[in-house]
Amino acid sequence: MHGLAFDVAHMLAGSLVLVSFLELYQDRLYALLNVYALHALVLALSVAWQAFVQDAPHLYVTAAIALGFKAIVIPIALHRIIVRLGIHREIEKVVGVGPAMVLGLGLVALSMVVMLRVTAESDPLSREDLAFALSVVLLGLLMMVTRRNAVSQVVGFMSLENGLVLAATGAKGMPLVVEISVAFSILIAFIVIGIFLFRIRERFDSVDLQTIDSFRGERS
Amino acid sequence: MIGSLDAVTAVLLIPAGAAVLLAMLPDYRSSARINEAAALLTFLAALSLFVERPPAGPYLLVDDLNNVFIVLTTFVGLTTSVFSSSYIGHELATGRLTPTFLRFYHAMYQALMFAMNLALVANNIGLMWVAIEMATLTTVMMVGIYRTHEALEAAWKYFILGSVGIALALFGTILVYMAARPVVGEGLDGMVWTVLVEHAAAFDPALLDVAFVFLLLGYGTKVGLAPLHAWLPDAHAEGPTPISAVLSGLLLNVALYALLRFKMLMAVNPAAVAPGPLMITLGLISLVFAAFMLFRRRDIKRMFAYSSIEHMGIITFAFGMGGPLANFAGLLHMSMHSLTKSAIFFAVGHVAQVKGTQRIADMGGLTVTHPLLGWGLVLGVVAIAGLPPLGIFMSEFLVVTSTFARSPWLAIVLVFGILVGLAALFLRLNTIAFGEPRGATGETKASYVPMFAHLALALIAGIYLPPAIVAWFQSVARMLG
Repeated sequence: MHGLAFDVAHMLAGSLVLVSFLELYQDRLYALLNVYALHALVLALSVAWQAFVQDAPHLYVTAAIALGFKAIVIPIALHRIIVRLGIHREIEKVVGVGPAMVLGLGLVALSMVVMLRVTAESDPLSREDLAFALSVVLLGLLMMVTRRNAVSQVVGFMSLENGLVLAATGAKGMPLVVEISVAFSILIAFIVIGIFLFRIRERFDSVDLQTIDSFRGERS
Repeated sequence: MIGSLDAVTAVLLIPAGAAVLLAMLPDYRSSARINEAAALLTFLAALSLFVERPPAGPYLLVDDLNNVFIVLTTFVGLTTSVFSSSYIGHELATGRLTPTFLRFYHAMYQALMFAMNLALVANNIGLMWVAIEMATLTTVMMVGIYRTHEALEAAWKYFILGSVGIALALFGTILVYMAARPVVGEGLDGMVWTVLVEHAAAFDPALLDVAFVFLLLGYGTKVGLAPLHAWLPDAHAEGPTPISAVLSGLLLNVALYALLRFKMLMAVNPAAVAPGPLMITLGLISLVFAAFMLFRRRDIKRMFAYSSIEHMGIITFAFGMGGPLANFAGLLHMSMHSLTKSAIFFAVGHVAQVKGTQRIADMGGLTVTHPLLGWGLVLGVVAIAGLPPLGIFMSEFLVVTSTFARSPWLAIVLVFGILVGLAALFLRLNTIAFGEPRGATGETKASYVPMFAHLALALIAGIYLPPAIVAWFQSVARMLG
């Protein structure tokens, strides 16, 4: 009843949630980075489709950033960092795969319930988009919480930001300020993280956060 | 408006220009001077906003509310830059910082001032979000500047929690736009705060409710409200002390300011949930939690970081109560807390340098060995604990009395929290300031002017608050509703 525009947008946003689930159960860093690249690719397609449907050419810029920067540059750079640091082993998890997936399902259900209820008045396109976007955000959060490794926490944060971009593009006619700022913030965040990773490397030969966490701030 | 050089543009352009300049200057002595000069010019520009302010545009806005915040921010920014130039000499001498890092540090300091000022004058909720994100990133870099194990842990924790908070806030911002779109139309107007406030009554209340929850959690993380406060003590303890002073005195306020803007938006819509009770709950939890946490602190900077959580709790509580009197008390408490807490951090910075450690157990008899520093700290703690005749006593008294008149049970919890915090602070103060001298007794070239200037202002405000300021705060309090 909503036509092709809605169906495609729906499918792409849904795929993004699906890829978030894929990220959730990866247990090797390389595989995780590949899935993240896929995540960014799906986001780029989704944003591009929104740009086409809404007839908002400036959104193509956001799509291009998602494609070029997030799907290609960042995964390659992180890949090299992992090689240089020699940490391409298994990711230590706080929670096992099974419970993490169940938690993830619960979070998706929660975001559906919350968002579909409160946006009953809005148009269906942005409504579904927002619900999916919140799912992606929450799944990103879950990933950050359930991983101990610095690189995979960063990946979790970046997929969280992807969810935000999805929400921002789904909100029809939202000023460009936000799209650029989101993309830009990822850039800055990435630089910061890069510096951190190298500093951590300099000092203790490990980017496993558990080694850092063992030094509780309260020194006796 | 962008083309002409008015005071608002000056408040933004001076720090931005100074940041670029400082990033290029290799000599740290002249950069410290330039840092001070830029902060002074920014403060003067902010003062001129009292006399004349440009009309609100789609991006920038100055009204009675943020004028107070801007002047406070630029003033503490100025005094902290003076403190900072006496502080860094010692850090260089002991080799904790190198000239290269100092260059970075000064540039970041001005970048932080720019970001905070931008967040305060932004009329666009998207722009405000960008500015607060920028302020977070600059402080993350500065917290990690010592590159010790603990500093990196603190910076990482701050970065992760801060980013999550900021991400939730962005989601809330998008939801506000979604709520506004059917009423004010698509495009820029949907993010301009003055337009939003005008039409907020017609927004979809359910969407606004969800948006406010996200904004409260998001910006609340940055305010340091329990249980979202985990980053705050580490970031305060491990970064350079001038940054602790700016974090506590200013950045927490800026995040709270963002929250207040959205609270005003919620208040216009009669069908939306009242933001007050949420803020009251979070405020009281923070207050009582932090008051108990104060007892077991062994690190002096961590202790005062918990004291900041306590006071942000009181301020959030006061604004949550609402009404002219509680809002007035909240504003006053916020200003007094900024002045006093940064004064305490100025003292603590030099104390840690003199003693060569931040462990409370290694400090003792400070009033004997270093009288000026010791008594300055004592005065600061007396002020922050809320004893008369200093400013915080008056503002806490106002918060408590205005609460008693309306909901006595809440006031009992409030008073309980304040008293527990007071006991804890004095217990520790006794160890640090009095008794047998303990620990190293090094020397430091300290500048006492910023510390005593702040304390003097807090004292004057406690005894006699000029009628002009009272009238100003009253009008702002009415605005906050």
